[in-house]
Amino acid sequence: MLDIRGLCAAIDEKPILHGIDLTVPQGEVHAIMGPNGSGKSTLAYVLSGREDYVVTGGSVTFDGHDLLAMAPEERAAAGVFLAFQYPVELPGVGNANFLRTALNALRRSRGESELDAVQFLKMARAETKRLAMPDDMLRRNVNVGFSGGEKKRNEVLQMAILRPRLAILDETDSGLDIDALKIVADGVNALRGPGFSTLVITHYQRLLEHIVPDRVHVLAGGRIVRSGGPELAHELEAKGYAGMAAEAA
Amino acid sequence: MTAPVQTGAAGFLARFEGLRARLPGGPGPRLAAAEAFRQAGLPGGTSGRREEAWKYTSLRPVAEAAFHEPMSLVGDDSTLLECLPRVDAPRIVFIDGRFRSELSMLPHALRFTRFADDAAFGTLARPDSEPMVALNTMLAEDGALLSVADGVDAGLLLLVSLAMDTPGASVAFHPRHAIRLGVGAKLTVLEMSLGSGAYLHNPVTEVHVGEDATLAHVRLQNESQTAFHLSTVYVEIAGRGTYDSFALNLGARVARTEVHARLIGAKGTTHLNGAQLLGGAQHADFTTVVKHDAPSCVSRQTVKNVLAGRSQGVFQGRIEVARAAQKTDGYQMNQALLLSPDAEIDTKPELEIFADDVKCSHGATVGELDADQLFYLRSRGIPDAEARSMLVHAFLAESLEAVTHEGVREVLEQAVENWWKRQAA
Repeated sequence: MLDIRGLCAAIDEKPILHGIDLTVPQGEVHAIMGPNGSGKSTLAYVLSGREDYVVTGGSVTFDGHDLLAMAPEERAAAGVFLAFQYPVELPGVGNANFLRTALNALRRSRGESELDAVQFLKMARAETKRLAMPDDMLRRNVNVGFSGGEKKRNEVLQMAILRPRLAILDETDSGLDIDALKIVADGVNALRGPGFSTLVITHYQRLLEHIVPDRVHVLAGGRIVRSGGPELAHELEAKGYAGMAAEAA
Repeated sequence: MTAPVQTGAAGFLARFEGLRARLPGGPGPRLAAAEAFRQAGLPGGTSGRREEAWKYTSLRPVAEAAFHEPMSLVGDDSTLLECLPRVDAPRIVFIDGRFRSELSMLPHALRFTRFADDAAFGTLARPDSEPMVALNTMLAEDGALLSVADGVDAGLLLLVSLAMDTPGASVAFHPRHAIRLGVGAKLTVLEMSLGSGAYLHNPVTEVHVGEDATLAHVRLQNESQTAFHLSTVYVEIAGRGTYDSFALNLGARVARTEVHARLIGAKGTTHLNGAQLLGGAQHADFTTVVKHDAPSCVSRQTVKNVLAGRSQGVFQGRIEVARAAQKTDGYQMNQALLLSPDAEIDTKPELEIFADDVKCSHGATVGELDADQLFYLRSRGIPDAEARSMLVHAFLAESLEAVTHEGVREVLEQAVENWWKRQAA
């Protein structure tokens, strides 16, 4: 489903990714672990189409289509979703309006009819309830005045409503206490199925106890240095990134 | 009627000479205003002269144009009303500055007389200090004089100025309006300026807000893109009275919205809010002077500018606090969103404070659309143009919320929506 070949990328002319090869088949959950500065967030931004990251080599295909040639909104329409490490505040934009506009944009692109406000609210309220979010989160401005945990839950809410086919979770666990972490993980697990793939980007192993991956990849210095099953996360936890990097070298 | 017309100040003075015998009211104020205008001329109209009050706005394009007498020979008027919003309220309609009873629906809750029938100049306007007010005083032919009796809530009134396209001939009109609210009276006025073609609309409005009275004065300036709109409003607010104004400026090639508000009784309130949405080579100047002459008054001002193309926005805000005006609470904020590298905003806030126990502040911000916000919206599937539209609306949302009359706010929101569609097209 997602096929990354020899991907190189730079920001401000500084190379960050040095040839990433990674395949995420349909329905699988893959984790990318790595120390700070290894290029994890860069990979997430490149996949979602952030313009200040320049792809300097390699290719990315999604369902056989050239993902890198698509605008961010086209990638979203194709089914790619990035849960931001730092969700952006949008003063003056109501959360419900934001979510409905996004959902209807996606529905339009798929040739489906748009939802009116009543239909949308019914659906959104059901999702907020499932994520143990207060109803007023739909009324408030997007992420404005939200706590760190509320922002992350709001990302999962968007994911639940927009129903992507590939979710990229960029350090979604950072800043979450254990209860919030469980809620977020449950939200992701509820979407798991044959039509849903996930790339979980994380620094720590603890999120992977709740979202159990099919494969784990270790990113260091802009390359994937090791891949393995879920047990690799435990090995990392025991040895640390430095130990792992020393072995790989 | 179609004799060659002169340009600039000389053209207006010649018009006055030709018209003066037919103008309503006594000649005294007209002659004095003509003399003031002859001396001042059009601000920026002649090179080398620069007035501080007109530092960022030059009326050179007005000075270079030749204006004719409005003919107002309109055939089928029914189409004109289609450009008015469907608001259930009485309306007073002027075409090319002249009252048109057949298009109006007169209000019952307040008294309306025509300036043409009762040309009493008010005491607030200062033709000696403001050249455009001198021009208006010299040539004013018609206008709406509105008066709400003590204790009456007169609801909503539409005051409409429509300019007709006169092919090959620009017209100029200088309406003279007055709004007077008695003790405890209430009124919401939605003033709309619309039109097509090239013309000059130069209205002067004198407003008296009585004790405990509230006037909500909402103005939608959506003149033709080739027109000039130069309006001056003078307001006097008595004790515990409120003048709550909002001006949305979208139209005109060159526009200036000038407001002089004076708080003369304790615990008065004034809001001089607004938004300017400009594109192309438009120029719009929002100039206000608030005078706190009585204690414990509040003035609030938030003006937002959205500037595209090569447009230029100007904000000049002056707060004067007299020695007697203790416990004054004054606030002023000007914000600009630049949608293009060629757009420009000029901001000049001024505070002049003679009292020692006051709270006055002002601020200004300038920025572009936030790249992080834009990416966030697009990453959720919202197309670029729609995402930009959402962010511009979000920028304006706070300021439009200040318009409390729901029906009126919807009219403004629709105007913003249409403006955005024009820009995006």
